Amino acid sequence: MPAAKQTPAATVSTYTPAPGHRYTVGDRVSVKRSYPPGHRRTPHYIKGKIGMIERVCGTFANPEELAYGFDGEPKRILYRVQFAQSTVWPDYRGAARDVIEMEIYEHWLEPA
Amino acid sequence: MHDYPYDFYANRRPGHHHDHQHDHDPHAPIVERDEGPPSEYEVMSRAMQELLEAKGIITADEVRQRMEIFEEEFPYRGAKVVAHAWTDPHFRRRLLADGKAAVAEFGIGMEAERLIAVENTPEVHNVIVCTLCSCYPRSLLGMPPTWYKSTNYRARAVFEPRAVLREFGTELPESVTVRVHDSNADMRYIVMPMRPAGTEGWSEDRLAEILTRDTLVGVTVPRVRQDPGGSPE
Repeated sequence: MPAAKQTPAATVSTYTPAPGHRYTVGDRVSVKRSYPPGHRRTPHYIKGKIGMIERVCGTFANPEELAYGFDGEPKRILYRVQFAQSTVWPDYRGAARDVIEMEIYEHWLEPA
Repeated sequence: MHDYPYDFYANRRPGHHHDHQHDHDPHAPIVERDEGPPSEYEVMSRAMQELLEAKGIITADEVRQRMEIFEEEFPYRGAKVVAHAWTDPHFRRRLLADGKAAVAEFGIGMEAERLIAVENTPEVHNVIVCTLCSCYPRSLLGMPPTWYKSTNYRARAVFEPRAVLREFGTELPESVTVRVHDSNADMRYIVMPMRPAGTEGWSEDRLAEILTRDTLVGVTVPRVRQDPGGSPE
């Protein structure tokens, strides 16, 4: 993905270890095309899109469980994923190198 | 600081039905909802505070102090942090590598939130949005502005960021990569703008003055104000 070369070097957060993370910086991933009800932090517009791991944010209580009063265990690994805008929006009007990045939990990702 | 999944104010707008007659006066007084019955959330919040006070866990004065700090101090913290990063390259590196640890040096606790500082360069311009609600680095910038919470900004900043930036008066050449950050989960973001020419030798306090809220969200860039009036002698 040429877009990646335009952004600053990816960093791993120093304060949030993510032991056993499945993906590493630079891996290509696709976001699951799934529409379960409930409190989800994965925006609809990114489902089914292919991006690249920009950084490993760490391990966090699962917000899909926290939202309903549960303890959020087991915790989930959170990534920042970078997508080329031209692959997210077919009629994107902007520079070819423009990117969008967001946080996606590991259980929403598949290898691409 | 907790961001609710539904933004009450932003969500009220779609429910605005036109089955009644009234003027859309842009200068209509802002209704602070101090008339009529309190909303469900106000009742819940008030009941919670009264219970916590009755149990001796918090005092009314502590709540008031917290609100005061939120309004008087929080909105100016982000500018101080970035002004320091502009003048201290070691701090700049720490801020970019680990935002939460770096701002802690200023006594700023991000509580449960993590902070990612993203740096503007001649090649990359960063802009922050939260499409799902209104996640915002409140402990650095205070309460989010109304436009940040609006459906318009939240929907359009992701798919036509250049058009949105243009509406804020920010025109970027095609050669600059626009990097949009959807603040959709557990991280919070702050933009580190480029330090403009003409600020050499400025104190951190003076630099902080041009680091306005909007520059730290990325919808505009800091500018050195030209001396108004006064023709050269």
